[in-house]
Amino acid sequence: MSSHVHLWWLGADAPDSRLLDTVGGAIRMAFHVTVRIERRPDRPTQAFDPKRGQHSSTQILKWLVARAPAGTRTLAVTDVDLFIPVLTFVYGEAQLGGAAAVVSTARLALGAGPDVAGALFDSRVIKESLHELGHTFGLLHCDTRDCVMARSVNLVEVDAKRATLCADCDARYRALHPKELHHE
Amino acid sequence: MSKERTRVLVVDDEEIVRDSLSGWLAKDGYTLDTAHDGPTALAKIRQERWSILLVDLKMPGMDGLQVLDTAKTIQPDLAVVIMTAYATVETAVEAMKSGAYDYLVKPFDPEELSLMMVKIVAQQQLVRENVLLRKVLKREYHFRDMISKSPGMQRVFDLARSAARSQSTVLVLGESGTGKELLARAIHAESPRQAEPFVAVSCAALTETLLESELFGHEKGSFTGAVTRRKGKFESAHGGTLFLDEIGDISSKLQLDLLRVLEDRKFFRVGGSETVDVDVRIVAATNRDLRQAASDGSFRDDLYYRLNVIPITLPPLRDRLEDIPLLVEHFLEHLNLEMSRRVDEVSADALAALMRYNWPGNVRELRNVLERGMVVASGSLIMPEDLGLDAGPPRHQQSDVTLSLDEVERRHITAVLQHVGGNVTHAARTLDIDRVTLYNKIRKYGLRRGEAANLAGT
Repeated sequence: MSSHVHLWWLGADAPDSRLLDTVGGAIRMAFHVTVRIERRPDRPTQAFDPKRGQHSSTQILKWLVARAPAGTRTLAVTDVDLFIPVLTFVYGEAQLGGAAAVVSTARLALGAGPDVAGALFDSRVIKESLHELGHTFGLLHCDTRDCVMARSVNLVEVDAKRATLCADCDARYRALHPKELHHE
Repeated sequence: MSKERTRVLVVDDEEIVRDSLSGWLAKDGYTLDTAHDGPTALAKIRQERWSILLVDLKMPGMDGLQVLDTAKTIQPDLAVVIMTAYATVETAVEAMKSGAYDYLVKPFDPEELSLMMVKIVAQQQLVRENVLLRKVLKREYHFRDMISKSPGMQRVFDLARSAARSQSTVLVLGESGTGKELLARAIHAESPRQAEPFVAVSCAALTETLLESELFGHEKGSFTGAVTRRKGKFESAHGGTLFLDEIGDISSKLQLDLLRVLEDRKFFRVGGSETVDVDVRIVAATNRDLRQAASDGSFRDDLYYRLNVIPITLPPLRDRLEDIPLLVEHFLEHLNLEMSRRVDEVSADALAALMRYNWPGNVRELRNVLERGMVVASGSLIMPEDLGLDAGPPRHQQSDVTLSLDEVERRHITAVLQHVGGNVTHAARTLDIDRVTLYNKIRKYGLRRGEAANLAGT
């Protein structure tokens, strides 16, 4: 798989270009890849579950895989709330070692104060984006609490993480993807 | 890391549930597999060991509770979590009663699932560490087939290990059931003679003539019934160890014969004229006070000193009660295998009763009590009433005129044994019957010479 990541806004609202640029920059820094922001207006409408009032993250991943350019990774960012069938919600989902990942901003604004577009909200979106994309690069959850690959099931845990890979995960990423580093 | 060793099986008839849940858990590093129905899941559980089973309650055919029941019989330590979209108190109670680890109502909070998984993994890790630790401890507490953590027995083991390396005669002393033969076998197994035979003879079980022939063998025609030449136990044990149990009960003629073999390392077969040389290491045992017998003349003092080179005294079980939990675990493990039973443990009350008991029959009696407990126990736990331990000796004596002949005989034999300090030869003489008959009666009435003092007067 090549070292290109497509960053695709799949939200109900208009895309937030500033946020996408910030996330794209963080991805470039963390994974040493090129990032292209996708601006197509298509939306995975069948992923919406009217009973739950949420979108199925698994359906979105399937939809993304069908549309992603061959040999690339796609990270979708959306403002709709996501779920998998057994859980009340998920912040995001990714195919482990696969081509697609999705992150929702719907719950990341909670407790971030009146300025939801502020630094705290941005950092949460960045962390969850790097986290889900990390799974597509084959990284598992990390036991280091402040590593971006640590499992976070609430905002306290999201906020406890830093927007970087810990030394172990970085070493693992470098071992798994020497090509990406070659492009530096 | 423990997560990699944690194998999780997700069972749900809906593909999207299986895929999304296993996908979510796989990122934690667990090893995952899925099954679309109960029978498939059970087949997987029969094939391999799993750590955690996440199973949906409502599935066509076999439901989650049925899967739980069967899975627990296949692998009792499996952590089973029931998932359901239709929560009722009844099913939750039923699931927990059947041994489910937890009961989750779909959809559940990611934090709840994450915490539960962490808890199960930590708990299973603790159990594994505990098992490992107990194994290490058990190894430390073992001397071959004997097990003890009491300081007294540890000293016995140390002395026996040293004795095993020498060629010297060992005299094992101790009450009935303390494990004298086990210790003799352990000494042999630890000695340089371990590859050679270990031969045991119970000196008290045979008449004088038979014992003589048993020990030294006989030539053809040496007595009525000696139709062929036969090797004795001394010859059979050549190069190895001869264990002479109940040495305190042999006749004075045999005491002399034995003394000669110990001094010369050679003997004659019964009816033979050629000497037979043997290289045998002697381990002798008795529950009698041999020093006392030597001083009052009922046992040759020169033989006593020949035998008493390395005396090892096994303490009675009542002096090492701290070993009872360890011995209980040890015997349950063995009895489960022997009896093809699945009894996991004794209840806290039953263990307390075992710790209170006086154990006149020592470790052998403990094993018998546990065997009875396993037969009587209705579940996987032995309760106090399953053990059949008496609260103590009956306080009042029944009038003699109402007793059966058997009961009078039992009481009289007990009293005579008590009078002669447990010496069967002397007791047989007093009763005017031969020792074999007396042994048969001791067996018939379940008497033990060591406990004669306790039984007398009941």
